[in-house]
Amino acid sequence: MSSAVLPGSATPKARQITTNPRTSDKVFRGVVTSFGFSALVLLTLIGIFLAVRGFQTFSTEGFHFVTGFKWDVSTDEAGKITYDMGIGAMLVGTVLVSTVALIVGVPLSVSVALFLTFYAPARIKTLLVSVVDLMASFPSVLFGLWGFFVLMPMATYWAKLIYKYLHWIPIFSAPQPYFERSPFIAGLVLAIMIIPIVTSVSREVFAQTPLDRVQAAYALGATKWGMIRAVVLPFGSSGVVGGAMLGLGRAFGETVAVYTILNLVFRPNWHVLFGAGGNIASLIILKWGEATGLETKALLAAGFILFLMTLVVNMAANFIVSRTLKSGK
Amino acid sequence: MSTDSSSAASSASNGAASKSLADVSANRASHRTPGNNPIGSGLEARGVHAWFSKHHALSNVSLDFAAGTVTALIGPSGCGKSTFIRTLNRMHEFIPGAAMAGEVLLDGKDVYADGIDVTKIRLQIGMVFQKPNPFPSMTIGENVLSGLKLAQIKAENKDDLLEECLVRSGLWNEVKDRLDAHAGGLSGGQQQRLCIARALAVKPKVLLMDEPCSALDPGSTLRIEDTIVELAKSITIVIVTHNMQQAARVSDYTAFFLSDGGPGQMIEVGPTNEIFSRPSDQRTENYVSGRFG
Repeated sequence: MSSAVLPGSATPKARQITTNPRTSDKVFRGVVTSFGFSALVLLTLIGIFLAVRGFQTFSTEGFHFVTGFKWDVSTDEAGKITYDMGIGAMLVGTVLVSTVALIVGVPLSVSVALFLTFYAPARIKTLLVSVVDLMASFPSVLFGLWGFFVLMPMATYWAKLIYKYLHWIPIFSAPQPYFERSPFIAGLVLAIMIIPIVTSVSREVFAQTPLDRVQAAYALGATKWGMIRAVVLPFGSSGVVGGAMLGLGRAFGETVAVYTILNLVFRPNWHVLFGAGGNIASLIILKWGEATGLETKALLAAGFILFLMTLVVNMAANFIVSRTLKSGK
Repeated sequence: MSTDSSSAASSASNGAASKSLADVSANRASHRTPGNNPIGSGLEARGVHAWFSKHHALSNVSLDFAAGTVTALIGPSGCGKSTFIRTLNRMHEFIPGAAMAGEVLLDGKDVYADGIDVTKIRLQIGMVFQKPNPFPSMTIGENVLSGLKLAQIKAENKDDLLEECLVRSGLWNEVKDRLDAHAGGLSGGQQQRLCIARALAVKPKVLLMDEPCSALDPGSTLRIEDTIVELAKSITIVIVTHNMQQAARVSDYTAFFLSDGGPGQMIEVGPTNEIFSRPSDQRTENYVSGRFG
């Protein structure tokens, strides 16, 4: 009692507030926490696995691995195996195919999302939303087969038309008139495959457009299209960008559909209509069966590059989407 | 819902409260009657009903808004006055399941007639909402002129129009040096006056105001009221308000709405000072004297 504190003489120290949860609560917390982190742990482990296994390739090939265009494994007469590994052509192809997919797929998806949010009657909306979501779970090999047998004959014709009238634009030119199995056609199939994710993200953002702004536009004599342009698109634009990047993540990693359609060639090809292209994921599936030794490691290194690309794109997308939903701008 | 003068009035003696409101109204510089102000357009509601799906929200309201007058719609929450004002410029129909019956005549023409372009109706009957709702992605100047862009109207001189609208809404002096700033940086009261300027830019003949001050502080409220009195010289105004002082201060006519559990009805309408001094219906008397509501 000797150190009695007079009221107001000193600021009291904040008390430590603790709780003592029951055992059952602790157990449950432990279970969900460990499962919650499992995704992170798995992803990290996969990344480490790819990096470690591919390390030898990175060290022997160096930066050439990313910029080189050859993928050669040759055995000379003495039985010595030489490797020349470069995924440059595949990187070019991946970017080209994904760009086509975005250019075609994003406007389509935004239109679908606008229709579903602002125009579709309730019944059609429910039906279409589930159909679009179903597209996401549709096996990609079927998209690939459909693209090969149904889309390609038509798309080849379109490619010829584009070539005929626009061949003076460098990207639409072609070294030879061979238009089948081109990045253009693979991109079209990918465009269809990214529609579900881009549509659902866009729809989510559009649906959150503040009602008072919508009413403000209408009260000023706006048409529905005018309202969408003045209010919905500015509000939802960064959400659409985020959705598009999620789609890009999918397009980067898509393997089977692209592999079915694309004519894999180890030569950089920027001619989008020309039937030669590359794709990292398809490269891996193409070479995996016969690869041995260093080539296997090179494929894993290529996988690591793809892993990094997808990771960066997806993280950027998530960041953009969550920022839009939070700020409400 | 909002700060309500009736709660304060109910603590005072009822007779005194109603008398003071009548005095406020009588103190208005000039009481306009139809005819002595030729600007603006007449608006006429005939037998208007409104439904939300099966809920009958408003029953048989007939009300004339003479050109160049200010009419206040008062009444307790849920009496249908906001629903009514939204039937006037066809904003009611945006609510899923909403329906209406009756006619709304703008200069004698039914705004619900077949083949009418509803966007043109809303250009002529502007609206200011309860919560200030400027477009946050646009600058102050772009906000004011946004209606022109939305309705694809060409203005001869945009700078003049911009200044004129901001002057009329009483905001010009505060924002003239930062027209390129984003509208989100303005205070609530300034944003609401910006919304008034925005509504004025498309040159409406009638301006509907749905509780325009209920989200604002008293100072901003007074400024908006000054703006309304000023605007009333050139435009027909219909204002929904919970604040009877406000109705008394700004309006020429007052209509009292009430719901007795069923659909909302208009109980009576008359010159504002009469509604507040000698209403003909006992229920109006009870409401304006603060006995309920």
